[in-house]
Amino acid sequence: MKFLKNIVDSVKPNFEKGGKLQKYWPVFDGFETFLFVPGHATENGAHIRDGIDLKRTMVTVILALVPCLLFGMYNVGYQHFLAIGESAEFIDMVIYGAIRVMPLVIVSYGVGLGVEFLFCIKNGHSIQEGFLVSGMLIPLIMPVEVPLWMVAVATAFAVVFGKEVFGGTGMNILNPALTARAFLFFAYPTKMSGNSVWIATDGMQTVDGYTGATALGNAVEQGVAGIPPFMDAMIGIIPGSVGETSVLACLIGAVILIASGIGSWRIMLSMIIGGYVMGYLFNIWGANSYMEIPAHHQLVLGGFFFGMVFMATDPVSAAQTNMGKWIYGFFCGLLGIMIRVFNPAYPEGIMMAILFMNVMAPLIDHYVVQGNISKRLKRAQVIA
Amino acid sequence: MSKNVKISKGVDINLVGIAEQKLGIIKSATVALNPTDFHGVIPKLEVKEGDEVKAGTPLFHDKANNNVKFVSPVSGEVAEVVRGAKRRILEVRILADNETKFEEFNVSNIKSADKAVIIDILQKAGQWPLIKKRPFDVMADASEDAKSIFISAFDSSPLAPDYNFILKDKSVDLQAGIDALAKMTTGSVNVVTRSDKGVFAGLNNCIIHSINGPHPAGNVGVQIHHIEPINKGEVVWTVNPQDLAAIGAFLNTGKVQNTRVVAVTGAEVKSPSYYTIVLGSSVDSISKGNINADARFISGNVLTGNKVEAAGYLGYYHHQVTAIREDHESEFFGWVAPGLDKFSLSNTFFSWAMPNKKYNLGTGVHGEERAFVMTGQYEKVFPFNIYPVQLLKSIIINDIEQMENLGIYEVAPEDFALCEFGCTSKINSQEIVRNGLDLIKKELS
Repeated sequence: MKFLKNIVDSVKPNFEKGGKLQKYWPVFDGFETFLFVPGHATENGAHIRDGIDLKRTMVTVILALVPCLLFGMYNVGYQHFLAIGESAEFIDMVIYGAIRVMPLVIVSYGVGLGVEFLFCIKNGHSIQEGFLVSGMLIPLIMPVEVPLWMVAVATAFAVVFGKEVFGGTGMNILNPALTARAFLFFAYPTKMSGNSVWIATDGMQTVDGYTGATALGNAVEQGVAGIPPFMDAMIGIIPGSVGETSVLACLIGAVILIASGIGSWRIMLSMIIGGYVMGYLFNIWGANSYMEIPAHHQLVLGGFFFGMVFMATDPVSAAQTNMGKWIYGFFCGLLGIMIRVFNPAYPEGIMMAILFMNVMAPLIDHYVVQGNISKRLKRAQVIA
Repeated sequence: MSKNVKISKGVDINLVGIAEQKLGIIKSATVALNPTDFHGVIPKLEVKEGDEVKAGTPLFHDKANNNVKFVSPVSGEVAEVVRGAKRRILEVRILADNETKFEEFNVSNIKSADKAVIIDILQKAGQWPLIKKRPFDVMADASEDAKSIFISAFDSSPLAPDYNFILKDKSVDLQAGIDALAKMTTGSVNVVTRSDKGVFAGLNNCIIHSINGPHPAGNVGVQIHHIEPINKGEVVWTVNPQDLAAIGAFLNTGKVQNTRVVAVTGAEVKSPSYYTIVLGSSVDSISKGNINADARFISGNVLTGNKVEAAGYLGYYHHQVTAIREDHESEFFGWVAPGLDKFSLSNTFFSWAMPNKKYNLGTGVHGEERAFVMTGQYEKVFPFNIYPVQLLKSIIINDIEQMENLGIYEVAPEDFALCEFGCTSKINSQEIVRNGLDLIKKELS
């Protein structure tokens, strides 16, 4: 890779201080460090350092998202051919799905990175890697029929108001990808909910009995009778946002995140417990047919697992203390199921619950840390 | 009361180049005493270039306390006083005689002497700086009352020297040191060992605790935290075991103990083993023929030691020398490579599949500095009931009250070394902690 290094080195002076293009140093630096991990040596402090950096971390998360992306492509195709009543080969489904999903991915990355670059050039910051994951999450939580310009607007909104106004990667309060989805949900509700956006039909004639509703949409109307079988939801061959339907794909991602030490198992576990507790309480209550959906079945519907594995665990917007993570995760799950069941207008309660808990996370941490402080003060008084 | 502590947080970093247990001798033609080794001490010179000194002759004293002397480790001629910016004294170099002549100190009645007498003679003979204090991890202040004294009898850092080997014949000196220290505290002298107590098992006049677990179990701060935590306003003194033996030997003989046994370690060392050296020996004398010239030479261990140039000298408090590879090369798509040769606390590199592998790590940072993003990472290697990231953030914004609340008095920079090692965002937390401690010390004085 010597020749690539030579090219990079030969154009470098243009971007350095005093060069013609010094304004664009952050962009150049971003590309250079993308190609080559810089050979900086330690100057002070520990002389040896862990091999991990933020790029490696982000790439591991993207790797964990790949099963969801691939299954999402397959499911978009599967649902399409099911809806129009044609039989198709596996490969046709995947190709159709890829044709529908890839534009979403490209628009999300293009717009998001574009906005990020603009801010970095303006502020003279180096480009941080946070958007690498957000850019993949955004298309996976969109309905397949969402217009591309909406994805673009939502991504721009999320990067600017979800992240950059707070100071960039590491500083944001809300999860940027969920900010994008919430923005569209409230700004363009007709394109983000209802029965016509989840399955790509290309305006073709659909088969008899086709409704286009998601499992949660059906659950509101018909309760237990309307939801797909447990195993279908587990595998993910049900309508829904592009990448969220397969619990199995999410679990593969969860294994990668937990094994690599990047995702918090505390948040994931406590969120399952929280969701299950709420579902179980509803089972006991049983006021309507929606509440009667068995708790374990409730969890595999909608975006619960996707939100749990990839959204709630976002280290920046989640609680930061270990104790705080248990509390935060528990309420993400509890509130997610509660919102879903109580308010049929918001079938995707998980998004609301995680955003709400993002806002609450600093408060949770504050009280956890305060507990530690008062313990220390008490110890001092006992001795004094 | 003796305690058995078990910690689970932390990690042992397995490096290539552990010292073989055999002892050689290295003579250094010049030695140097480096005032910057004594954090917070402003030196006032007592000698000038060309003066003849003996081992034990004061070279400079602490501006804040004239009695605290810093003495020459060898006899010879003051060759050079090296100064840096603003005429700050960096090194006092001495051309060593072939035969060392010692200053004689009167220690005949030391067994029955009281605290004031012992402190006085230790300060005059330059042995006082061997006693450090927490909070702040600086030289102890004799005007304060130490609520107890802690001695960590082992070092758990990477490639650390084995004090049971170094001190195996020194039980008499150790005991003399402990007897003197016991008079200087209102509490007790605590010796903290691993389950294998070795030479420390037979010591009297002290409490012997044990601690088990990965690094940083050997950090005295961790041990104090778990055995007798420091509250605001309290002071605990600490002494390294080899320095304790040196204090004991001085009190037994009246001559300063000017030699130390250091472990010469690291992947760039041809035959890593132990050597007896004079305090402040030159890098040159140690590395000649044994260490690759392009290597990074570290006085101390890879986590907390100081980088020393080829013309430099060993640090006063260091009992280990490490030489590792200097990294300069950038890595093509290094962040997607499998990384079998990289050690990581996360399992994002496939080296996790080889838990017993010994690593040859270089000085590469492997990334660029970022804002805090990952959470829970520091906590895995930080065996304190303290929130490390929150503490660091309070230091960064200079919030003294919050630093006190979050427990800054219980930590030293070295306790954050593993956090710094494993940080995804490459944040230099040891430096931040040192700045925080300096700020508080300035505010309190």
